[in-house]
Amino acid sequence: MLRFAAGGLAANKVRSALTMLGVLIGVASVILLLAVGNGSSVAVKESITSLGTNSLTVSAGSAYGGARGAGSAKKLTVADAKALAADTDSTAIRSVAPVVTTSGTALYGDISYSPGSIVGTYPAYFETANQKVAHGEYFTDDDVLGSRKVAVLGATTAKQLFATEDPVGKRIVLGGTPFTVVGVLEAKGGTGFTDPDDVVIAPLPTVQNVFTGFGPVNQILVQANSADTTTAAQAEVTRVLLGTHAITDPTKADFRITNQASLLTARESTTKTFTVLLGAVAAISLLVGGIGITNIMLVTVTERTREIGIRKALGAPRAVILGQFLTESTLLSVLGAGLGVAVGIAGSHFSIVGIKPVVIPESVLGAFGIAVAIGLFFGSYPANRAASLRPIDALRHE
Amino acid sequence: MRHVIDKRVPAAPPPVIQLRRITKAYGHGDAVVHALHGPEDPATGGPLGVSLDIEQGDFVAVMGSSGSGKSTLMNILGCLDVPTAGRYLLDGIDVGHLDEGQLALVRNRKIGFVFQSFNLIPRTTALAQVELPLAYAGVRAAERRRRALAALSLVGLAERAGHRPNQLSGGQQQRVAVARALVTAPAMLLADEPTGNLDSRSTEEVLDLVDALNATGRTVVLITHEDEVARHAKRVLRLVDGRIVDDVRQAPVDGPPPLLRDLGVTA
Ligand SMILES: Nc1ncnc2c1ncn2[C@@H]1O[C@H](COP(=O)(O)OP(=O)(O)O)[C@@H](O)[C@H]1O
Ligand SMILES: [Mg+2]
Repeated sequence: MLRFAAGGLAANKVRSALTMLGVLIGVASVILLLAVGNGSSVAVKESITSLGTNSLTVSAGSAYGGARGAGSAKKLTVADAKALAADTDSTAIRSVAPVVTTSGTALYGDISYSPGSIVGTYPAYFETANQKVAHGEYFTDDDVLGSRKVAVLGATTAKQLFATEDPVGKRIVLGGTPFTVVGVLEAKGGTGFTDPDDVVIAPLPTVQNVFTGFGPVNQILVQANSADTTTAAQAEVTRVLLGTHAITDPTKADFRITNQASLLTARESTTKTFTVLLGAVAAISLLVGGIGITNIMLVTVTERTREIGIRKALGAPRAVILGQFLTESTLLSVLGAGLGVAVGIAGSHFSIVGIKPVVIPESVLGAFGIAVAIGLFFGSYPANRAASLRPIDALRHE
Repeated sequence: MRHVIDKRVPAAPPPVIQLRRITKAYGHGDAVVHALHGPEDPATGGPLGVSLDIEQGDFVAVMGSSGSGKSTLMNILGCLDVPTAGRYLLDGIDVGHLDEGQLALVRNRKIGFVFQSFNLIPRTTALAQVELPLAYAGVRAAERRRRALAALSLVGLAERAGHRPNQLSGGQQQRVAVARALVTAPAMLLADEPTGNLDSRSTEEVLDLVDALNATGRTVVLITHEDEVARHAKRVLRLVDGRIVDDVRQAPVDGPPPLLRDLGVTA
């Protein structure tokens, strides 16, 4: 039976090939588009988790826009950070790091380079922001207390200033002040517009002294004990800061807390929508491929009506005719789907619109299964029509 | 069981084909055409239908001008078409009561059909063509091949087994069709103008085959409008406008067909 079916398909090579192409495109696009969707969600997830999932970022300003209480808004200060660190009721908070961010030019020898940002903070920052030293050391609490002129460089900055030279122990000049490099951070690699590795991190008082003065800080980075306690930590931060800012109505808070975990879920749900949309487009092309099968099988049945008549005159049972055409259409879809899987997987090795596709194994099985089911389903109508022809009508067919 | 001794020896077997007041009409209302009509009903003037018995082992030629209803009759005999009214008993079984699957079985086991236009399946070798009815009968591949080759050698085409229809002459194609019709050893061979598209030499070859088959006891019904062909038959029917107008016996049922050249063959 398979031999008969293969023969039937071989008799019309171009037509069979085009039909298979329809299924192939459908299956390949399902696999590929879902892989692209999945790839982008993986990328977003990676970039967000690289910030540390149990970190909270407190920044100044109303959560409900600037208009309300803008005049009375208080800035975040080092005192706020100290209050958070000192609060003994806050069991969900592990560490607190106030952060100032500025920019400036770094000099080493005759090389001058402006890093993306210069960050002044406490050592807790490194763990909270998921910044690991690859070479050398972190600066310490002592460095902070002593306002020592030490700095840790991001991978990009280190490369720009030192090229292949070892930066640790070297002196660079930042804002006219010499700093000793104590460590270089691991490269994180970024997917966004800003390069997270293009940074210089130094003790908070040193940066305030050289650049910003001892005014308010830009952010306070809070690390929760674990990813599960971020919500509790957020509540504690709110409570403490409402206290230090003397605000009674929580809706009038003059600070904002962003939670990396919630950011992650939000982004994930957008990429999920994206994936579903891509999948829907791909599914439609799979359906179109299926309709192609119906079309071609209808043509085949019409063309071979006489042959069906002859077979019936020879005593072919209905099931045999049905089986023959179903085998043909299923063979079409299986071959098309098989090639589609090959093309889809091959295609996923290339990056598409800047996204590295990540193939979802279920999508391969699913697309293949659905394509074969479509072959059976869409093939069954023409096959049924062929099988239920009366022999004399089929024989008389011109 | 009744133990009655029948004194009239030998007892004739029941007719293999019994048609009872068969009519076949095409179209509706005023445009209705009775392809099979039979005598007029004296009371109403409507068709009474064709009634006909064909004995086991007979060789019947059906003659008549174009449009007289020959093919219509043949298609009903071959269970390819159903009559508008009347009963058709094949081997004593009322075919009208069979379902689609049983009809397929009847066509496969009891009837071998040969068409004017050969009706071979395109792009299929002679051997595969002849194997086809056996495949539908569920015969195993090796056995199928053996019997198909035997049938092909019977029609003198053993060495053409691997040829496709477009590589065979008309006469050869029709002999493949005959081999295909007889490979399941059906009791009845139906041929609708089997020599209509053949030259005189191929016609003789095919008719010799049909004669030989009838000589071995197969019932043959053959349509033709050539007297040359009809001379091979034991009985000749003539149709006019869906009515049997003439029924002539040329040779006894239990004997060889009249023109059988193969000497020494007896029924
Ligand atoms: N499928 C059909 N539809 C309508 N009329 C038909 C059909 N088949 C046959 N007829 C009519 O029935 C009559 C007998 O046809 P047919 O049996 O083919 O004649 P023959 O084989 O003797 O030439 C003709 O008048 C023909 O026009
Ligand atoms: Mg005819």
